[in-house]
Amino acid sequence: MRTILAALAATLLAGAAFADEPDIHLKPGAGLDKVEANCNACHSLDYIQMNSPFPNAATWEAEVKKMVGPFGAPISDEDAKAILEYLKANYGS
Amino acid sequence: MTISRRGVLQAAGAGAVLAGSGYAIPKALADALKLPGGLSEGTRAEAVLDALPGKKPLIKLAYRPPNYETPVALIGDGITPNDAFFVRYHLADIPEVDAKTWRLKIGGEGANGSAELTLDDLKRMPAAEIVAVCQCSGNRRGLFSPHVPGVQWGYGAMGCARWRGARLKDVIAKVGLKKEAVEIVLDGADGAIVPKTPDFVKSIPVAKAIDENALVAYEMNGAPLPHFNGFPARIIIPGWTATYWVKHVTSINAVTTPFGGFWMKSAYRIPLDKFPTEVFATQSSDVNTPITEMVVNSLITSHTDGAPVKAGTAVTLSGLAWDAGYGIAKVEASSDGGASWREANLGRDLGRFAFRAFDFTTPTLAAGAHKVSVRATNKKGQTQVTELVFNPAGYHHNVVQTLTLNAA
Repeated sequence: MRTILAALAATLLAGAAFADEPDIHLKPGAGLDKVEANCNACHSLDYIQMNSPFPNAATWEAEVKKMVGPFGAPISDEDAKAILEYLKANYGS
Repeated sequence: MTISRRGVLQAAGAGAVLAGSGYAIPKALADALKLPGGLSEGTRAEAVLDALPGKKPLIKLAYRPPNYETPVALIGDGITPNDAFFVRYHLADIPEVDAKTWRLKIGGEGANGSAELTLDDLKRMPAAEIVAVCQCSGNRRGLFSPHVPGVQWGYGAMGCARWRGARLKDVIAKVGLKKEAVEIVLDGADGAIVPKTPDFVKSIPVAKAIDENALVAYEMNGAPLPHFNGFPARIIIPGWTATYWVKHVTSINAVTTPFGGFWMKSAYRIPLDKFPTEVFATQSSDVNTPITEMVVNSLITSHTDGAPVKAGTAVTLSGLAWDAGYGIAKVEASSDGGASWREANLGRDLGRFAFRAFDFTTPTLAAGAHKVSVRATNKKGQTQVTELVFNPAGYHHNVVQTLTLNAA
């Protein structure tokens, strides 16, 4: 199964997955590169799939603010905005 | 350093390949995993069976930090096996602790001194054993309606084990407490990736820490703690939710003012006056208070929602009931959608903090769908709710479980 997943990953957009963790393929869309470059540093991207599609715009905004604020994620304002727009457009209600 | 990962074990062939790719075939995968229908579409699509090192395949909700729940069929009839016990982490830097170099530091400004224990020191202290349920505060969060953000747990963010260790009060007695001490602060070896992320640190009232039931446990069901359940030692606070059961514990500090960390002041809080649970007074605000005790609850483990059964026969179902340690007084079951209730048989009593097994047999079931419900009541007279007590963090879901049996 690992081989199949790896082969699949090679033919699809490969995220910045960790060596021992399957790639998580989020929906293609504007801002996905910022999600992969930032969010994936501290947590696997299945957290986004898991928490979907129920969050409304305010909920996704609160989540991004929580990561940048109390959780101290070093994400630029510009990237945070792109991430929020991506989440709202692809994983929101 | 983290333990290197295993091959991914998936539930079903085609489902496996698509599992990480979105909403393609959530139904087939969900059936294989027996995920509750109340989970969000996204959760049902991404959850897979996956085995962490030393563990059986569990329901993977998130890879990193790892959050894996126990399939209902593996929770056990009273004791949950170590290799099936759920895994829950907040932060992704999870060191593989070396038992030889591990040290437990005890002190703090509310203590009379400081001390450092090795694992051998801890094991040389008088040992105590207790069978106790370890349940994540957010167990069943995924079944909240409306859904709330967080790890979208189904029914399996819980387990019950026989924990063995030194009593926390004896560990604290190594240094002694000043009369000004108000809370005991607990920290473990796991940490965050980014330095600014608040470390997972918890506090408990002094009274709870010196309660005879609180342990610094180094054994679980007669074996060393699995890595993913807190090797080499974790805190056990029977009756209280697992958030206080700090894993890989490395420090125990007494403080004279309420601890102000993020995981106490901002997370793991419930609205005031919504739940009949013990109040953690030194941490309460005007609007909310830390979660403390588990609420009384029960779960059918023998059957899942929609299970096929034979028409024209009586069906025996079994499950588990638990509470914060007052003890289970009775479990009632209904097989007619809640119109009538009968008492279930209670199984062996492993102690007031343990799972209490139960079973009951339905009347003869005619062909068709039958709604079966169970409801536990504890010795304090507390029972389960029929409607969700909504709270934004998704805690204390103890709505009476109803599942459908399809007799044919």
